[in-house]
Order: sequence, then structure tokens, then C-alpha cells
Amino acid sequence: MSRREVLVCAGTACRSAGAVEVLEALRTAVAENDRIDTVRFVETGCMGPCARGPVLRIMPDDILYTKVRPEDAVEIVREHLANGRVVQRLLWAEGQSHPAQIPFFSHQRKNVLSHCGLIDPESIDEYIERGGYETLQRIVGERTPEKVVEAVAVSGLRGRGGAGFPTGRKWRFTRDAPGETKYIVCNADEGDPGAFMDRAILEGDPHLVVEGMAIAAWAVGASQGFVYVRAEYPLAISRLRTALDCARAYGFLGGRVAGANFPFDIELRIGAGAFVCGEETALLASIEGQRGAPRPRPPFPAQSGLYRQPTLINNVETFANVPGILRDGPDAYSAVGTESSKGTKVFALAGQIRNTGLVEVPMGTTLRELVFGIGGGVPSERRFKAVQIGGPSGGCLPTDLLDVPIDYESLTEYGAIMGSGGVIVLDDTACMVNVARYFLDFTASESCGKCLPCRVGIPTMRDILVRITEGKGTMEDLSHLRELASLVKSSALCGLGQTAPNPVLSTLRYFEDEYRAHIEDGICPSGVCEALAPPYAIDPEVCKACDQCAKACPTGAAKGTPGESPYTIDEASCIRCGACFNACPFGAVVRGVRS
Amino acid sequence: MLPLRVENQIDAFAGRPEELIQLLHLVQEEMGYVPEEIHGRIASALGVSIGRIHGVVTFYHLFRTRPAGRHMIRLCQGTACHVRGAEKILTALQSELNVCLGETTEDGLFTLESVRCLGTCSLAPVMMIDEEVYGSLTRESVREVLRVYQEGRRRRR
Repeated sequence: MSRREVLVCAGTACRSAGAVEVLEALRTAVAENDRIDTVRFVETGCMGPCARGPVLRIMPDDILYTKVRPEDAVEIVREHLANGRVVQRLLWAEGQSHPAQIPFFSHQRKNVLSHCGLIDPESIDEYIERGGYETLQRIVGERTPEKVVEAVAVSGLRGRGGAGFPTGRKWRFTRDAPGETKYIVCNADEGDPGAFMDRAILEGDPHLVVEGMAIAAWAVGASQGFVYVRAEYPLAISRLRTALDCARAYGFLGGRVAGANFPFDIELRIGAGAFVCGEETALLASIEGQRGAPRPRPPFPAQSGLYRQPTLINNVETFANVPGILRDGPDAYSAVGTESSKGTKVFALAGQIRNTGLVEVPMGTTLRELVFGIGGGVPSERRFKAVQIGGPSGGCLPTDLLDVPIDYESLTEYGAIMGSGGVIVLDDTACMVNVARYFLDFTASESCGKCLPCRVGIPTMRDILVRITEGKGTMEDLSHLRELASLVKSSALCGLGQTAPNPVLSTLRYFEDEYRAHIEDGICPSGVCEALAPPYAIDPEVCKACDQCAKACPTGAAKGTPGESPYTIDEASCIRCGACFNACPFGAVVRGVRS
Repeated sequence: MLPLRVENQIDAFAGRPEELIQLLHLVQEEMGYVPEEIHGRIASALGVSIGRIHGVVTFYHLFRTRPAGRHMIRLCQGTACHVRGAEKILTALQSELNVCLGETTEDGLFTLESVRCLGTCSLAPVMMIDEEVYGSLTRESVREVLRVYQEGRRRRR
């Protein structure tokens, strides 16, 4: 029998769903089964389908099991590992045993994530077996830094942290800047709520980032690098630490990188919970041990960055793209994507979507493909309303924009941004005014306070939104919001303030009717804003008098006699808690219109 | 009196103000918080003003100037958690523990805090206790998780 490998996803999501317990149970079951002697267990990084965790993959058969419980271990070992029979009930769906048969995987194109979920992130040997660090060795052996910068420029790679600045140009600026000491900084302060791409890359394939940084250091002439990673990611920090130690031990970091006359090392810097530190100048201040306040640019970090020296600062995913570009050549890289946005992009799918998780698609893929083709759409009893892309700097795009291709320019044109890649799907239970308020709450409290437009402008806008959600808004508020938004956008000091109005502007642009419903009709259509929630009602055509709503109702507003005529809800005693709505197995409970 | 290990840590960073944030992490790991009384001690070791220390400690959400409970509960307030009912989980935690955000329970077992995003959005709503992530929370599961700690079945690593 061929030697089998059991790959167990040990990313943060699967761990918290019980992956470690599953692994232990599998090990025990294997030890107790005398028909098996050679099984190798590998704890991998994120495989992607986080909603289906814990997931595991058995190689070389390439069978994917989902939602595995420790009690399933004995069956997996007895049936699959000992007898080669697939355990049907743990498959993704009937007839879908290989990832290649599952749309969630087959519609993706993995480039940055190609090792993620397949290798042990704590083993440098596994990375090397798959060609890791070969590119670095080849480059320092035979290519001039100039050629490396050129290749990155030709590839068309743009910054994956949000703004999409051409990476090659940044590298060229840093390389050309006069200065003896130059620094490389990797921005792993993934602060956008709803984004977890960088966490997954660091947890699943940390050496890829280390190699990318070393290549960058060779290209721009730096000898010291920093990874600034947020403290909220303990697993990523520990995997990165291991990776740095191993890379040093193997001579890929240190005094003579890859045996050449090229000293380069990387230090870790742990953040301390400040969203603004994702902004590059604020991040540099934080590495220097100061408050993370941004400063005006120019001078850009490429000219005067960390300790006033030329500094190249790129995001995790950007560095992760580098080894591939230099391995396969810039032309192969730029063959994927659109005219202006090359390569692939990693997205984190979350919110009201079936297949939450981590995915990678070519630039130019439509939102529809991302949300429905790969993400599986919203759960069946709900209706899709919008997709929020780009976090607090981004916007909400409605159904009729689902065919917009994902590239930097298109998203900006429609009022969102690429951002770092967080995609939150909203269904009809979301209130768009509340969503806008949520993001402004966020940016208001994360503003560093240095510049006035951000410090005062954002809370002012937030207060208006709060008023609207409380039923005290006026139509004039909407024009004030628009005016303030354009003011803050044009006058704030850094990216945080300049993009903070986007959630307001995009919801006003596509969901003005919801704002109007709050102001003119005194109703929050989705019932999120308590003061304006319409009462629930029961559709007599659909009601089966099963009594579930009455059982769930905490105030006795839902009433009826089981098995007899349709139930009713007393508007006066209904507290709009939604318990009946969630309890009804037939979808008979609806949001009524206030009489 | 400062614990000896903290004294040593501070001395190890003498004259290196750029390491301030890393030092504060170590102090907080050791003591559970960064007491205001030691800001002066840190300032003189690093060779910067006490104002700088205070400024940094108060700027970053993670640093505390008051003692924390044995276990730190960080409830995620990210977007995915928000749209999937983090607010209800907060209410459940508050009533279960009888504290508000930022407070420590009377028995000193838990401190309840919120955090911007834990990046485990696929499991929303989510909270982290110490370094353990708990996802797909409901009122009921919150109660169960808390009980594990209350009964001492899980200790801080």
C-alpha cells in the first residue's frame, strides 16, 4: 500500500473548531489499528473553506473531508486508511470527494496560496522540497539587483495592502535613494475588520514571505528587515518566529545570505492594537517605539523612512508574490489578470455567505463569481443585499454591480476599493445605515487625532448617522453628510481619514432609499435599528400553526392554538426581538409594515 | 516593589527607546498590566521623558494601566461579527459576568474587553480568551465556555 499523508488544517479557524482534537484522535486510532504502519500526519496552514472546519485532506488520494469530529477518527482510519474506502458522509457533498470537483476550489487559481494547506508551515525542508529558496539562491548568484527591480516592474505587480501602488516603482525609488543603510519592512498589521489573508499566509507559508523579503533586500540594497505583525495574531507570530530561526540556521538569513556576500536579517516587531499603524508612516513610527501617528508625505518612506533612512515597505501578500514572479518570469505573471491589475488576489470571504473562508482568484474575476460561484451565495432563506469590500476604507456594492470585474480601477470607480481583500457579504437582515454607522464608529475611535478633519469630521458624521438610526434624522442630514464626506476626503492627513467617508458615500449612493425610509417613513426596513424596527407579522397563507413562534416569543405577543387557525402577533406587546422570525420553520413570520 | 524579572527586563532595554513597545509587551505579560507608577522607571532606563512613556501606553489599545483578571476575554467587534450578532454576545457576556466592557469580574477571574477584529471572520461571532479562539458563539455556548474557565478546567498557559 502506498504511504498515505493526512493533511490536517491547523489554521486559526480550524483549530478553534477542534482540529487539534481531531488530529489527536486520528493519531490514537492509527496507533490502535495494526493494519496500518505508514501514515504521516501534517499540520498545515489554512486550506480555505473555514466554514467547513475542521477540514482534512488525505494524500495521494486527494480526498477532502469536512466538519470532521474527533469521533469520526476511528471510521476514517478503519475505512480509508486501512481499506482505501472513502467515508462518504464526511465529503463536501455527494460526488464531490476531490477538491478539483468542488466549485469552491475549482473556480480558484492559487498562486500565493499554492503551498498553503499542503505543507507543514513549521518545516523549512518541506518549503525547500517544493522549490522554496531556489529563486533567492539563483538571484543572488547570477542576477543584478537592477534586473530584479526591472522584473518586478515589468510584472505589473501592485501593492496588495490596499492602495495598489506599482511595486516595481516603489522598489526603484528605494534602490535609487541615496543612503548607506536601507530597510525593508513587511506590513503585517492587517487591521481591516473582515480581512484575514495576511494572517493565513503567515500561518500557512511563512517562508514564502521571508524569501520575498530577502529578494527585495537584494534588489534595493537593504541589510535589515522588519516584520510588523499585529499582536492579535499569536499563531502567525509563532510560525513566523520559527520560520526566521530556520531560515537563519539554513543560511537564507544572516551574514552571508545563500552563501553570497549579502548580509540580511529580519526582526519581528509586535503591534499593540492600533488600526492606524497599518498606514505606512504610522507603522514606521511604531517600529521606532513611538505613538503610531502618521506624518505628511512627501518625503515618502522610499526616501526617508525608518530612522530617516530609505525604506521599502510592502504588505505581506505583495512580498508573497515576489518569489513566483522571479521564478516564472514577469511575463508569465502578467499573463494573468486585467490590463491594469495583474496576477491573482487573495480574498477573505465572510459575513452572510455559505462558504466563508480564504480564496484566491485572478484579477478581473467578477464579484458575482467570487460571492456566488465560489462563495456559494447567501444561505438559502435569505436574500443577497450588498457586498462590502475594502473594510472601513471601502464601500458597499449592490446586486446590480455584481458583474463588476475585481480590479483596482473598477472598484474605485464604483465607490469601493480593493483594500487588502476583506469581502463581507450582507443580506436582507443588514441595515445599510447601521453598517455605515458601524464603520464610522470604527474609524472615529481609531483616528489618531493628529489632524482636524479626521478627528472632528468623522465623529460629526457618525453623530448624524446615529441620529438617523434613532429616528431623529432629517433630509438635510443627507446633504450635510455628503458635504462633510467630501471635506474629510480631501483634507485628512493620511489614508485612514481620506478613505473613512467611503462607507457613507457608497451607502448613500446605492441605498439612499434606506436612509429615506429611516428619515421620512420612520422605518428601518431590515429592523436592525431598534427605535425604527417594524413589528413582525405572520403570513396566514404560510402559517401551519405549529406553535414554534409562540414558544420562542418572550413577551407572549405571538399567539394561537396549535394545529388550528393561523397565529397572530400582537403589535403592542411585540418587542421586535426576532425570536419568532428565527424560530419559524416555514418562513411565515415576516417584517410587517407599520400600520 | 517591582518583580525582579521586570526590573531585569527594563534594565535589558536600557538606552534603547526604539524597543519601548516590545518592552511594554514583556512587562504586561509579566504583571498583567503596566502600572503608572513604573512609567518613570522605564523612562529613566530608556533615556526618554515620562510623557513619552505615558503617551505610548495610552495610545495603544492593548496596554492596560490597571490590573487585569486571570483570563482576558477579547470579544471581536469586526464587521462580520457585527453583522452576525456580536452585540447580543456582548450583552450575554456582560450579564453573565456582571461587568461592563473594560472591567474585571469581582472574583478577579475575567477581564472583558472588545477588540477590533481577530481575523477569524469565518467563525463570526468570535471571542478570544487568552490565546484561545472561540467561534460561532451563541448565548448558550458563551455560558459553556465561561464555565470551563470558572471550573478551572483550563488554565492560562
